[in-house]
Parts: sequence; C-alpha cells; structure tokens
Amino acid sequence: MNILYFARIREHIGKSSEEITLPERVTTVADVIEHLETLGDNYKNAFAEPDLLRAAVNDEYVPLDYNVSNTDELALFPPMTGG
Amino acid sequence: MRISVQSDDFDIAAEIDLLKNKRTDLGAIATFTGLVRDIHGEKDIKKMTLEHFPAMAEKELAKIGTEASDRWPLQGLTIIHRYGELYPGDQIVLVITTSHHREAAFNAAQFIMDWLKTDAPFWKKEETEDGTHWVDAKRDDDKKKDSWG
Repeated sequence: MNILYFARIREHIGKSSEEITLPERVTTVADVIEHLETLGDNYKNAFAEPDLLRAAVNDEYVPLDYNVSNTDELALFPPMTGG
Repeated sequence: MRISVQSDDFDIAAEIDLLKNKRTDLGAIATFTGLVRDIHGEKDIKKMTLEHFPAMAEKELAKIGTEASDRWPLQGLTIIHRYGELYPGDQIVLVITTSHHREAAFNAAQFIMDWLKTDAPFWKKEETEDGTHWVDAKRDDDKKKDSWG
C-alpha cells in the first residue's frame, strides 16, 4: 500500500510517502495506523493524538474504520487549517 | 465555476472582471479575501507556509463550490487558494460569488469559507522568533461548518 503523510504527521515520521505491505490481519485504516505504530517511536509520536488524525483513501476522505487493501493509496494528516 | 490552487498571487479586480465580463444581469458580486496576519498570540509571525494535498485540493474546493451552487442561485463562482511560502499581508484565499441578488452572493461566500476551513486539504505552519509551529485546527470551525446543516 502506498501511504502519503502531510503536515505535522509527515514531519514526525520524517517522510512524505512510503510503500508498505500490509500484514494479513490489517483491514481498516485504524489497523494500518496500529501497524505503523509498531515501526518506531516516530510513528507513535505522529499518531499519539487519535482525535487529531484524518484519513483519505484514493483521494476521498474516509473514517478510520474504513476498509483498505494493498492496492489502495492511503493519506494520513491532521485536521485541515486552510483558508 | 473557476477553481485554482496555485502558488502565485491573484488579482482580485481581474478575477471579478472574469466573472462580470459584459453581463448586465448580475445584481451582486460578493468577494472574500483571506490574508496572512502578522500576529499569533504574543508573537509576531515572520512567515507562513501552506502545505497542501495536490491530488485532492482542487477536487475538494470544487465539491464545496458545487454544494454552494446547489444551495443558492449563483450566476458565477471563483475559488482560489494559494500554497507555499507566504508573508504577513499576503493574500491566501479568494472567494467570489455572483448572483442576481445580494443575499445569495453573501451567504454562498460565507458558506464556502466555513466549509473550506474544515474540508479543504491545506495546513498552515507559522514561523515566529521562537521557531516554527503548525497551526491547530479550531473546534469553532467545525461548529461554523455544521451550523449550515
């Protein structure tokens, strides 16, 4: 799965995108995040505040319980502050 | 509907002209321009960097514009949002709505800004003498969006 990171989350993780192969048990966006958190403290810090986490799959906003697969592109970012 | 996500500045008068053209049926043109302020709390802001999600930004602005057009009888609509490095006084965002009557133009412009704040994929980072920090989203912004139903 291709994952994109933006803003504060991108800075915590230290990259703007990466390719990850999802373990079998991973079915939702929340599962992906839980998996990423096992990869290091930078990920744990990025996702430390679940309330401040938003997601999009294939360029559409989705809730964290949305189902994903390896062929999807996931984007993770904090609440938007444009305008 | 004209939607643009760009690093370059925009010319408000030129954008109004594009919508007005030679039309004589328009009764109202409302414009909103968002600017970079130099104050955040006690500290002076030196610079603001706007990050965006390129694949989604124009699409989401278009969705917001379409929603506004469904709710009010608009004759024309422009939304421009900048990204990149901006400085105090710089223009960030422009919304122009045209209609036969002022109420639709005013309301649609406010609606678009309220939705844009929570739904358009942009993130602001401010630089002060103490360093840089990401701007926190305001709970109040969610309430303003929700107030439109």
